[in-house]
Amino acid sequence: MSEDATATAELKLPKDLAAEKGLVNVQIDGHWIQVPRGTRMIEAAKIAEKEIPHYCYHPKLSSPGNCRMCLVQMGMPPRPVPGEAPTFGDDGYQQIGWMPRPVIACANTVAENMGIRTTGELVESCREGVMEFLLINHPLDCPICDQAGECKLQEFSVQHGRGQSRFQETKIKKPKNVDIGKNIRLDDERCIMCSRCIRFMEEVAEEPVLGFSQRGTHTSVTVHPGRRLDNNYALNTADICPVGALTSNDFRFQMRVWFLKETKSIDLNCGTGCNTTIWTRANEVFRVTPRQNNDVNSDWMPDSHRLAFHHLESDARLTAPLIQKDGAHSSSTWTEAISKAAEGLNMRQPKEVAIIASARMSNEELYLAKKLADALGTDLISTVARKGDSDSKLISADRNPNSTGAALIFGNEDPSEKLDAIREGVSSGRIKALIVLQEDLLEEAGFDQSNLLGLEHLVSSHILANPTAAASKVVLPGAGFAEKRATYVNVTGRLQRAFQATLAPGDAREDWETLASLLSAVEKTFETPASVDGVIKALASEIPAFEGQSFGSIGDLGVQITETGVTIPLLEQEKARVESGLING
Amino acid sequence: MATIKVNRPKLSAGEKIYFGSIFKGMAITLRHAFKTLFGKSVGADELASSGMGITMQYPEQKWDEHLPEYYRGVPALVTDEQQRERCVSCQLCEFICPPKAIKIIPSEIPSDDEWAKVEKRPKKFEIDMIRCIYCGMCEEVCPEQAIYLRPDYIVTGTKRSDMVHDKERLYEIGGTRVGLVNKWNDLK
Repeated sequence: MSEDATATAELKLPKDLAAEKGLVNVQIDGHWIQVPRGTRMIEAAKIAEKEIPHYCYHPKLSSPGNCRMCLVQMGMPPRPVPGEAPTFGDDGYQQIGWMPRPVIACANTVAENMGIRTTGELVESCREGVMEFLLINHPLDCPICDQAGECKLQEFSVQHGRGQSRFQETKIKKPKNVDIGKNIRLDDERCIMCSRCIRFMEEVAEEPVLGFSQRGTHTSVTVHPGRRLDNNYALNTADICPVGALTSNDFRFQMRVWFLKETKSIDLNCGTGCNTTIWTRANEVFRVTPRQNNDVNSDWMPDSHRLAFHHLESDARLTAPLIQKDGAHSSSTWTEAISKAAEGLNMRQPKEVAIIASARMSNEELYLAKKLADALGTDLISTVARKGDSDSKLISADRNPNSTGAALIFGNEDPSEKLDAIREGVSSGRIKALIVLQEDLLEEAGFDQSNLLGLEHLVSSHILANPTAAASKVVLPGAGFAEKRATYVNVTGRLQRAFQATLAPGDAREDWETLASLLSAVEKTFETPASVDGVIKALASEIPAFEGQSFGSIGDLGVQITETGVTIPLLEQEKARVESGLING
Repeated sequence: MATIKVNRPKLSAGEKIYFGSIFKGMAITLRHAFKTLFGKSVGADELASSGMGITMQYPEQKWDEHLPEYYRGVPALVTDEQQRERCVSCQLCEFICPPKAIKIIPSEIPSDDEWAKVEKRPKKFEIDMIRCIYCGMCEEVCPEQAIYLRPDYIVTGTKRSDMVHDKERLYEIGGTRVGLVNKWNDLK
């Protein structure tokens, strides 16, 4: 920088320096920070790492400012009388004149030279007062409330409450345990009228069925007469409910949240790949909730996807490798099952072998499946396309979670393009041995029973017992979505990772292990990696799009590795709301 | 850190050969042995012992009536005077239990039940008495006054499974307790 520029910079006041960057100077609890113009005070405090307690404010929803919990003290420089020039102190800021009464931090935006006090006598007494009013009619049934342990009312009552009630009168009685939708239960007594659920249904789910009825202390949340909260995004209202007024029917009374371990994962029910948290205790999954990722699913997730974890506990789970002998399956060891599977593959010509993989498999598994196809000398490897209707929110038309990954790894635009050729080969008898991974051929793949029975050697890997497994010579049990550490690429081309939350039951293994041992049985020179990280390493060195990626480099929010041009409708809607200034985002 | 040098105490010749102390000890034992022959030892009356020393002849004699008010025996669940099971399966005892002896599976009270408004009760409540250390934390943490440490102290079994008290057994030991705070009254 030249001397002149330095000299001008010294002359410039902090307000001018900030204005150049579109920022404003805000003093938060005595510290000056720069935040973007138009930021809400509550967000500015978040940047300054000061927590302002709040109930009704949610960054993805509009701010009605009705809980009054986020009251803070605000100050601005005194307005100069006409003709008077503002005076700046030694630090370049004007003196702040503190207002005698508080303002809500959630609905006010910051301004140049503004001061915010998140602590102090005024603010603390405000919070104590608001807490006292909120608790007047609260039933205090924490021992039976599912929200206990993650309840903001509990937390702030400890932090900012009085600890004792002065309320001598009878509490207002409201409806409890109300069935308002197939996934949601409402308890009106616990509700603190924050209206987050109402705003969510109106602004995000776009089905405004919730609203307030009655007045004053009798105000309660209700569904519109004749309507029910059956929207496929209804469970998000239970997530954002700061108290236990809305709870999930599926998770109701199953387990207290403080026992649950959180594992970061992603949803595998469609191509969007919503970021999730899997909540487990011991080896059991209790619930799946969305995890914030503003590039994938914002804060939300469809109900149908979050409730799709119960198959992990199914009685139909395959727990040991099975070998078919004289028409009946009997359980066996992995060594025996793998050698039996490999034996049937090795004795056939490359032309007679095909692999049907699944775009529900992870990148690592698909990579090993491709390697297996190469080792067998066949180019007949395909996934099964699974299309549905997009719901114009988070559910993608592509119901496979890893189609993009499969396309990148197989090196073709449409990884399922060879399925027809394989089906034709099987029915004509040209293909004699088939490996099926994670797919039931009688469903989307369009095979029929006679195709399966006509095969000489059918090896399949599944999580649950199904007709394809029943027709297989060798059945290899696999691991469910919560039971393996793996990476996937979503429809937008974002590489994401899922961690292992539970262990696969019985002798079932993570699928990459199965494929690696099958591969080493077919190709003797193949060295089985010690862990799935070794597979990612090999994958990253071979496929250009994955170059330099590892489990660690992906991070919790994933990385964009390719551009597919696909967008997620819900994110576009959210972007529009941010631009219109309705929400902070 | 400064080093502190500790010297061994200097023993006299008598102390060095030990016999003196041994005889001293034997003399005390003998004195008490003779005393018990001619009269009951201290505390024998309170414990209704045989008089041959303070030793209680278990199992012919038992602690039962001699236990203090605050005695912590087996933990058990109680019902109140309305015959309502007080436990709402909040699982705080399960959480606080230091040896992880408690296992609870909650369930919902069906809507046709008399106490449907309580909404929640345990489907399973098991205390593994092999693990239990009788610390009383479960009683202390209980927000519903549902679990108490009873004066019972004899827990026997021939199998490990015998030592696990299930819900039925816990209510049997606990019985009915009166005078508790009734949160789930008509106002609720």
